[in-house]
Amino acid sequence: MFRYILRRVAWSIPTLLIVTFLVYLALRIGTDPVASYKRVNPRASRAKIAEYIDVNGLDPNFVQGYFKWLKNFVTGEWPRSIKGRREVWPALKDAMANTLRLGSAATIVGIFFGLIAGVLAALRPGGKRDVFINTSAFVGISIPPFISAIMFQLLFAVYWQRWFGESLFPTSGVYPAGHTGFDLFLMLKFMALPTLVVAIQIVATYSRYMRSSLLDVLNSDYMRTARSKGISERRVLIKHGMRNALIPVVTIAALDVGSIVGGLIITENIFSYPGMGLYFLKSFGEGDFPLLMPWMVVIVASVLFFNLIADVSYAWLDPRIRLE
Amino acid sequence: MSKQSPNVLSPRQMAFRRFVSHKAAVASCVIIGVLTLFVILAPLTARYGVNESVQAPPNSFLTPRAKSWLGTDDIGRDLYSRLIYGVRVSLLIGLASAIISVTLGALVGAIAGFRGGKFDDIMMRVTDLFLAFPFLVTLLVVRNVLGALPWLRPITGDMSSVRFIIVLFGLFGWMGVARIVRGQVLSLKEREFVEAARAVGASRRYIITRHLLPNSVGPIMVALTFSVVGAIIGESTLAFFGYGPQAGDGATSLGILVGAAKGAVQTGYWWLAVFPCLVLIIIALSINFIGDALRDATDPRLDRGV
Repeated sequence: MFRYILRRVAWSIPTLLIVTFLVYLALRIGTDPVASYKRVNPRASRAKIAEYIDVNGLDPNFVQGYFKWLKNFVTGEWPRSIKGRREVWPALKDAMANTLRLGSAATIVGIFFGLIAGVLAALRPGGKRDVFINTSAFVGISIPPFISAIMFQLLFAVYWQRWFGESLFPTSGVYPAGHTGFDLFLMLKFMALPTLVVAIQIVATYSRYMRSSLLDVLNSDYMRTARSKGISERRVLIKHGMRNALIPVVTIAALDVGSIVGGLIITENIFSYPGMGLYFLKSFGEGDFPLLMPWMVVIVASVLFFNLIADVSYAWLDPRIRLE
Repeated sequence: MSKQSPNVLSPRQMAFRRFVSHKAAVASCVIIGVLTLFVILAPLTARYGVNESVQAPPNSFLTPRAKSWLGTDDIGRDLYSRLIYGVRVSLLIGLASAIISVTLGALVGAIAGFRGGKFDDIMMRVTDLFLAFPFLVTLLVVRNVLGALPWLRPITGDMSSVRFIIVLFGLFGWMGVARIVRGQVLSLKEREFVEAARAVGASRRYIITRHLLPNSVGPIMVALTFSVVGAIIGESTLAFFGYGPQAGDGATSLGILVGAAKGAVQTGYWWLAVFPCLVLIIIALSINFIGDALRDATDPRLDRGV
């Protein structure tokens, strides 16, 4: 087990390098960092531009440039953003913290209710409850997050204000303008709608996963064996059913990080929530290479990390799986 | 059917019966059919032109009324007519790019599944990695790269054109299809009839095109429906964030209309947000239902001897 994890970790380092090189290539070709620097700073001197090219590793030779960028990135000499010459790390750190908060709130709420709905649906397949849950999940998956975001904004903020004089939930930011310090209640209020938007997708997805996984398990031979031994139905369901049904769900959860982040990007943008998504769309729109590359590294690294978690947890949860 | 065996059905007939028993899917077929007729006959069904102003400014925002069933937008254009023209473009984008991506994906998936080995390993690694990334990020980056390569210009056209979007989603959507087809081919190639074909000396190409692909029609059709939805929703997501096709020559798309909804929310022009979103939801839901029923109908594991 330990050796397996070690080998997987060792493998993820070359993968990370290859993928970041591809990202570097794509950004160089797709956003043309030097041109966007000149566009944002039209009066930059020749020396400034040369310095910008140097610190970002934007040499004409892509491979050389990549290694130059990599060296600066690893040694912590991150170039400043092209607009306003801001330091990248503080901005990235704040964005990560905000997204982590929103993402984990939505994931916890979503997976919790999703699993419950899935179990309820699977216990009586074909019944009224099953049809209801299944259909709602289907509808939930079919509605793209930006549509539900718009609808919630329209209903809970704009029209609520018209009908009742005050909007139920705010629609943008983390705190009201000018607010300083920490306020849990305010924060939750601001997070409510974006969390709901992301959570709906998660609930819909996971209720389906859980349902089909549990149905598979319920029809298996060992469930019959467990029942025939005279174990109480409750115990059969929890110890034999749930434990086995959760194995594939956990794995999928770890692999799903990409799509959750995708939903977050869209949602954050609509609610002007200052997280990774807003960060990305802003810097991508400006072609801000110094801001974009570290963001990409964080995303690539977390995708690889959760892939690793998925594989390891799969092996760890299910003793039937042999590594090697 | 022959006289002596009225109860024996061909697999295709069984699939058809299973499909028809899925009520939501049948209703969805009707909805999509009516919608398609509506948009094909756009010059007849639309009440005004795409860019025709119904109500001159300053009071260009009309609420839904007899003159304009679904209200008007910021320059007084009739939303109902624009929706018809928009859905026309969106359905075209969905179908065209789905055909590209399914063709590409089916070929790659079949070859990878059939040959196995290194090619298969690399292909699946690449698709896994691609699918693991946030969809919008990959889409935006790939979009820019495609737009920046000058030698692609003759194929893709201008970055803000509908053709560009079709090529983009065509190139983007094949990976999911490839995985599905690969899985199907992997299980098919161990079956007796393939072995028999190989035994009589059929070439690889013959086996893939005559045995493996025709037997994967079910999953491929399912992948096609989901690709159509993917492209339609993808287009509107791109347009929503301002990266979609541009409204040149008076053309519009569902994405452009949904994108306009963003600005309409805070000012309370609810019809501009609700109707385009509703149409998008109905289209996505209907096609998804059809795809779901197709999967149930063509998956032999679910065969309950209907």
